[in-house]
Amino acid sequence: MTFNIQDYYEKLNSGDVLLAYKGSITSDLINNVLDAVESKLHEFNEHSKVRKKVYNVLVESLQNLYHHIDDLPQKYSDQFDTRFGILVVSKETEYYKISTGNFIRSEKTGDLREKIDKINTLSNSELKDMYKFILNHQKLSDKGGGGLGLVDIARKTGNKLNYNFENFNNDFQFFVLEVIISDTNKSS
Amino acid sequence: MEPISIEGTAKTPTVKFNSENGVIEIKGRSIPENSVEFYKPLVDWLEEYKKNPLPKTLVNIQLEYFNTSSSKCILDVFKKLEAIQKGKNEVEINWYYEEDDEDMLEAGEDYESIIRVPFKMIEITE
Repeated sequence: MTFNIQDYYEKLNSGDVLLAYKGSITSDLINNVLDAVESKLHEFNEHSKVRKKVYNVLVESLQNLYHHIDDLPQKYSDQFDTRFGILVVSKETEYYKISTGNFIRSEKTGDLREKIDKINTLSNSELKDMYKFILNHQKLSDKGGGGLGLVDIARKTGNKLNYNFENFNNDFQFFVLEVIISDTNKSS
Repeated sequence: MEPISIEGTAKTPTVKFNSENGVIEIKGRSIPENSVEFYKPLVDWLEEYKKNPLPKTLVNIQLEYFNTSSSKCILDVFKKLEAIQKGKNEVEINWYYEEDDEDMLEAGEDYESIIRVPFKMIEITE
């Protein structure tokens, strides 16, 4: 059965949602989202530590989308915008949650799965070492991505990366990623 | 050498590179989608400056946010500074971070451990 993106989006977009978006992920959109979320965080009088973590993780999440979205074939253009992605930022009592979703070519899922599973086994000091190794040894891609985004997210949040690949068709999967940023002041 | 003076934007930092007084400053936010475009002229400038640097170069880095795309470019900047220091010219690096921003302090420590030039970590209190 084909994964229903609309249903998934509706499900995410319930509860205490700060911001929900589905459509093209462009540079302007990223600017707008960052502005909007930043002013909400100020409105909530969120502690600077949490505010910065949420902002940082949001930047990386959005730019991961921006750099890694695979476009569906032309025949889907009436259903999905080009560079289609979804983003939902929500706030629970003790944490913020950033959920993203994007299409990815099926043949690329293996590498991504492996990368995230690896990240999820690492301790904070191992993540630090991995971050520094990639920083020092890997070149930036033409698109400007550095392969550091997920490592950085895991390191800054101290939480596991929850993800899933939902079947869309033979060639494409829909990759969903959920990141939790704990509100350290409330939980400690 | 012509100095570099760039006003900051929502996604790129304020930059002041001056070969007359040997002061190098990067301040603000560095979160562009593609950071190479922004940093290439800065790294090129330092490559040129390295040929004939002042006896002492003072570097002030005060970032509020930077993304992982920028992190590699910032390392390129530091590698040029490391090369200047290796050429027996003094380089003083001040890494500013806001009070309680442990992530930013740690980021400075990461760079310091990679480039082997001591950083002075300076906490900005409100």
